[in-house]
Amino acid sequence: MSAADRILSRAVMEITAGSIVNLGIGLPTQVLHYLPDDFDVQIHSENGILGAWKQAAPDNMDPSLIDAAGAYVSLREGASLFDSAVSFAMIRRARLDLTMIGAFEVDAQGSLANWKIPGKFSPGIGGAMELAQKTKRIVVLTTHTDKHGRPKILKECRLPLTAKACVSRIISDLAVMDVTPEGLVVREKLTDISNEDLQAQTEAELRFDIVGASHGLD
Amino acid sequence: MKKNRSLESAIAAIPSGAVVMVGGFGNPGTPFSLINELLRQGQTDLTLIKNDANEGGHGLSRLIENGQVRKLITTHIGLNKRVIELMNQGDIEVEFYPQGILAEKIRTAGSGSFGFLTDIGIDSDITRPEDLLDWQGKTYKVEMALSADYALIHAAQADWLGNLLYQGSAINFSPLMAMAANHVIVETPDLGAPGRFKPEQVHTPGAFVDSVVPLDSLTSDYGILEHHVRR
Repeated sequence: MSAADRILSRAVMEITAGSIVNLGIGLPTQVLHYLPDDFDVQIHSENGILGAWKQAAPDNMDPSLIDAAGAYVSLREGASLFDSAVSFAMIRRARLDLTMIGAFEVDAQGSLANWKIPGKFSPGIGGAMELAQKTKRIVVLTTHTDKHGRPKILKECRLPLTAKACVSRIISDLAVMDVTPEGLVVREKLTDISNEDLQAQTEAELRFDIVGASHGLD
Repeated sequence: MKKNRSLESAIAAIPSGAVVMVGGFGNPGTPFSLINELLRQGQTDLTLIKNDANEGGHGLSRLIENGQVRKLITTHIGLNKRVIELMNQGDIEVEFYPQGILAEKIRTAGSGSFGFLTDIGIDSDITRPEDLLDWQGKTYKVEMALSADYALIHAAQADWLGNLLYQGSAINFSPLMAMAANHVIVETPDLGAPGRFKPEQVHTPGAFVDSVVPLDSLTSDYGILEHHVRR
């Protein structure tokens, strides 16, 4: 199982029946493909869709229906389409139950940085600030370290913040961690790794309170 | 009054130095034909307002790559490495807003108001002390309305009074921009006589629209992009 598969197959379990969920650009949009076809959820896409669903069959794909990352989507029964002001009214009025979002950096206070690496790669804010600030629950999906092996889960973010203290849970390819007033608490390990090795790949201090068996290994 | 115009004459109204809103989120709703005509006519020193910069070699990106754009006001250009590079080199000024804040700034201008109060990004890098307003014991960020000289809009269907219908996720910023710009130019592959729409279904009423350009055919930009198809 690849790192992405481990993250995504664990992430899909965060989605509760009857909820409204936004999936951010990158890993999170892929979560859609891990959902059972009959699962009771409404996927919100910030470009103006409530009830987005998996890509249609090639003959039925509609070039005017994409998610926020440009992937072609279909509409579920009961879907609605609206303009960007309405789409973000929905977000800022906290009508979304869950947002899964990517990160350049995330820290022990649950602060998130994902829009600007000054002078190098600044994709822009997109919907991230409003989603992070206003969604009831934010789950970050990220590789535990960057492509150079450096920790992405930090004591304190160094890049410009998207939002302060907004993240509830972090799902990496190695572990599931909750943001608590006492710092990060590891709830599950998603691979065979010792506590010491996990801590060595994490700048923030970790506490361990493992609940039940690991997910994502089956 | 018929608002039908040719592609060439509609775009010729835009001078160099103009502030131009462009509808679309990614490809859906992007008025590629109007943009390509602006590329052909060569107006320069433009300030463009669009959710994104499209992808390299397409749509808005072509105007930027061709050096016609001084400034881009946008929310996210993560799918366009060429424009990020031009921004990093200082060849183009880029101003980022949170997506819903950009939409609301445009909506506010479009409804004839001057600004609104928010808490989005209030303790982040995008807020300067002079943007803050203390009012009745609370602190807010002031966001001013954002208008433009021109808006370029793609409508799935239109009539020659300028009543517009959008399709799928191509609605996005278009109805907001159509209200916020002083001169609104619409392209559509499906233009017909008034009476073709049920009145309560019209997305943008014709009062906001100045020119409607009928398109005889649509280029590949309007179709399915193979690299976004999941295999």
